[in-house]
Amino acid sequence: MEAARGSAHVSHVSHVQTSKISVTFKGYSAGSYTHTELGLSDEKVLDMYQNMLLQRRFEQRANQMYGKQKIAGFLHLYIGQEAVSTGAATGIKIGTDSLITAYRDHGHALALGMSANECMAELYGKVDGCSKGKGGSMHFFSKEKRLFGGHGIVGAHVPVGGGIAFAHKFKNDGGVCLAFYGDGAVGQGAIHEAMNLASLYKLPLIFIIENNEYAMGTATDRAFGQPEFTRLAVGYDIPASQVDGMDVFSVCKAVQDHAAMAREGQPSLLEIKTYRYLGHSVSDPQKYRTKEELDGKKEEDPIIRLKAYILENSLADNDALDALDDEVKETVKESVEFAENSPFPDLSAIYDDIYDESDYPYLN
Amino acid sequence: MAELQFREALRQAMTEEMERDESIFLIGEEVAEYNGAYKVSEGMLEQFGPSRIIDTPISENGFCGLGVGAAMNGLRPIVEFMTWNFSFVGMDQILNNAAKMRYMSGGQFNVPIVFRGANGAAGQLAATHNTSVESIYSTIPGLKVLAPSNPDDAKGLLKSAIRDNNPIVFLESEVMYGMKGEVSDDPDYTIPIGKARIAREGKDVTIVSHGKVYWSAMKVADRLVEAGYDPEVIDLRTIRPLDIDTVTASIRKTNRCVILDESNPFASISSEVTYQIQERVFDHLDAPILRITTKDTPAPFARNLMDHYMPSEEDAYQACLRVMYAK
Repeated sequence: MEAARGSAHVSHVSHVQTSKISVTFKGYSAGSYTHTELGLSDEKVLDMYQNMLLQRRFEQRANQMYGKQKIAGFLHLYIGQEAVSTGAATGIKIGTDSLITAYRDHGHALALGMSANECMAELYGKVDGCSKGKGGSMHFFSKEKRLFGGHGIVGAHVPVGGGIAFAHKFKNDGGVCLAFYGDGAVGQGAIHEAMNLASLYKLPLIFIIENNEYAMGTATDRAFGQPEFTRLAVGYDIPASQVDGMDVFSVCKAVQDHAAMAREGQPSLLEIKTYRYLGHSVSDPQKYRTKEELDGKKEEDPIIRLKAYILENSLADNDALDALDDEVKETVKESVEFAENSPFPDLSAIYDDIYDESDYPYLN
Repeated sequence: MAELQFREALRQAMTEEMERDESIFLIGEEVAEYNGAYKVSEGMLEQFGPSRIIDTPISENGFCGLGVGAAMNGLRPIVEFMTWNFSFVGMDQILNNAAKMRYMSGGQFNVPIVFRGANGAAGQLAATHNTSVESIYSTIPGLKVLAPSNPDDAKGLLKSAIRDNNPIVFLESEVMYGMKGEVSDDPDYTIPIGKARIAREGKDVTIVSHGKVYWSAMKVADRLVEAGYDPEVIDLRTIRPLDIDTVTASIRKTNRCVILDESNPFASISSEVTYQIQERVFDHLDAPILRITTKDTPAPFARNLMDHYMPSEEDAYQACLRVMYAK
């Protein structure tokens, strides 16, 4: 009897079918693309270089000002991941396309062209900040640049990204949405619900996992039974690609390709392999990784890589690049002055911007 | 005016608003092809098509979040919960993302969205399917919470909710969907959010209520009238913002108050109303405020226990006599 049952399981259950996996996978390795192949001018490459430098110098100063207790709250720094934000922003139409991300959001804001001044002032909680001092480090927003936040609840913003994409499709305005989240967020149900909805409704959405290998102090292989994130796409029947996030051109190319798919109504998944040099937040002692691992990753530094590319291809010389860096340092220095000089919000502002109307009868 | 069921009044409100504004869409479980779990959206798929009447998988977190994002990007979603009990798996989207997005973005992103569905107890459904959610959601700044008790208010308030630029929690009831009443057929009929309704004027005692349990308040009032008293009944209609001025004006007249509330008692709507009354008109009170709520327990299943769990009209009647020192 047992043997008969066993054979029935194998050969007689006709409604059980073997899955046909139709999902496509692609890899965007480092060093695979030139700027001309991507349609980027020499000048644009220098802009990208300067933008990545701006992110790094901005955050180095923010870290310093946090140490001086000028900035309070959480401060999650992006240093090491700059090629992801700049590459992605270069691959989309800023002002038409939308972007939403998690709490490590300074890089995305600066990559979209938000000013160092408004970003630094937000870190200070000042009224000239990009969220008027109501959001802080984790909650940068810009309606003009279509940055739909900076979000602090891990994974919860990804369905919101689905809704932003839904509205692009509903309005048929040609826009797509990039929803960034970290490897840690992959464990949240919200992500999976959003992937299913995007696949079901054919939303113009790119799920972008910035895999920096650690969710706070938990390495991906300690958090996931199956840590190859591109394989998740199979479950939702959407294309997936893995990208070397240390090469800004690889990121740009991947986002260009996947944005084109999204514009045709095909959602997709990108896993961008990256690394953060600093702790999860500034208070992180980083006992979960070795100095050797960190130093090894710094060898692949995305800014040094791009600098080498620029020099090799004679897009600029060292003096010109130093001049760009000097400009960045000046911009960042000015942003600190701007933030210092900007006033704190008036106490009455605590009641501003909650409801659309100004006469809501708050209890007091 | 036409006589409509509560569900028909809701449907008329949505339909009229969707005809007026193409950025409105309805999304939720079974809203389209099934015509709504409680037939609120019956026929709407046929009229508006699948791009605006949208069935979802069972993914409250996902489709609530989708609604929030769509609202931030220029649309005006109506998100239907089969019942509000199921909102809890999507609660983060409501109380964090919908309610706080405008604030945290420094006013850059409005979230004009209506979350609506059946609230409160609906019989022998046991503990997880009988929750009254109004005290949970009304504690969150950024949300407005509406709880109509009759078809006309349902239409007028839902139209206001859809036109409002803020996230709205709109509370209906399985038990009331079939209730009939006269409803305005004015396509611009709106009832202002934040205004209570004096359902019955009187001078002896103020009975405050909202939603389905309002009908219990009216029955209690009828008994009091039969017994020779003159009660005033207030239907709050909106929970947040609370129209405390209408309540306090009544208490200045009656000097007595009983609250009927289908919430569990601890930190409930009745707690808040009571606090605000004593804060504003303490000197006008001639008796302690009494409240009749569901029991301080999960909702039970057994029929006799469930009957015992619900706010009792007899208890409410007796409470009114007590605050009038009539017994």
